[in-house]
Amino acid sequence: MSSFTPVESLIGGALLGVAGLMLLLFNGRIAGVSGIFGGLLNFKKGETLWRATFVVGLLAGGLVLSLAYPQAIRFEMTYSAPAVMLAGLLVGIGSRMGSGCTSGHGICGIGRVSRRSLVAVPVFMISGMIAAVAVDRLFGGQI
Amino acid sequence: MAVIMMFLSGIIFALGLGISGMTQPEKVTGFLNIAGDWDPSLAFVMLGATMTYLIGNFAVLKRKSPVLGGTFILPSRTDIDRPLVVGSALFGLGWGLVGFCPGPALVALVTGYDSVIIFVLAMGVGMYAFEVLETRFAMEPDGGAGIVVPN
Repeated sequence: MSSFTPVESLIGGALLGVAGLMLLLFNGRIAGVSGIFGGLLNFKKGETLWRATFVVGLLAGGLVLSLAYPQAIRFEMTYSAPAVMLAGLLVGIGSRMGSGCTSGHGICGIGRVSRRSLVAVPVFMISGMIAAVAVDRLFGGQI
Repeated sequence: MAVIMMFLSGIIFALGLGISGMTQPEKVTGFLNIAGDWDPSLAFVMLGATMTYLIGNFAVLKRKSPVLGGTFILPSRTDIDRPLVVGSALFGLGWGLVGFCPGPALVALVTGYDSVIIFVLAMGVGMYAFEVLETRFAMEPDGGAGIVVPN
């Protein structure tokens, strides 16, 4: 076990829940990042400001982390550019086709006990495991 | 007011991702790679997030409308269709390949790393391409799972 962090992960997870609840309580929306970000690419009147503000908040949060908790975004990504591009395309297409990602289905969907999310989450967990194991075992961690 | 709350929500979301470990791709792949040196931390992220949301969701939905007005816009679909399953499977493959999903990738943009920028651009292209190819899904709501039904 390389770096098991149950306490930090539980606290961080609770914060994710709180942020999602804020969006629901104040704006009546589901905190799904793929939907919020994807909706920005598809301009619709009255749908842009709150989405853009949330995304700017995410970026600002990144800035806060880099100043106050830099270890959170200290990582090395040594994958090749084509591999990263393929991963990004799959995440983009897949999250829109499947109506959600780790936040919309994973946090809010499970938290709402949504039938569709209860299917989506195990599906992307399993395919994610297949991909991660394949990268490690078939390609020695280098793609 | 609405703008401030959305901004704050975005910041707290980003802090949650950072503190929980989700913004470190190797921690994500360390969880998904069950055949390797397994790091179960992400199960605790899910636990903390879903339990918090589960409890709060009940409390919030006792209200007739959101604090800032309008109506709750929630996914109402319950059907399990092919796009849900195929899309989720494709999403998972991309997630497991490099360890990034949409939220953490956006938060990690602050690093300015080439790989993060490439990932976010490709993700945007993928989302846009899907919208263009499948306009019938353009009605889909935010991250959740269904057609927008106002109340």
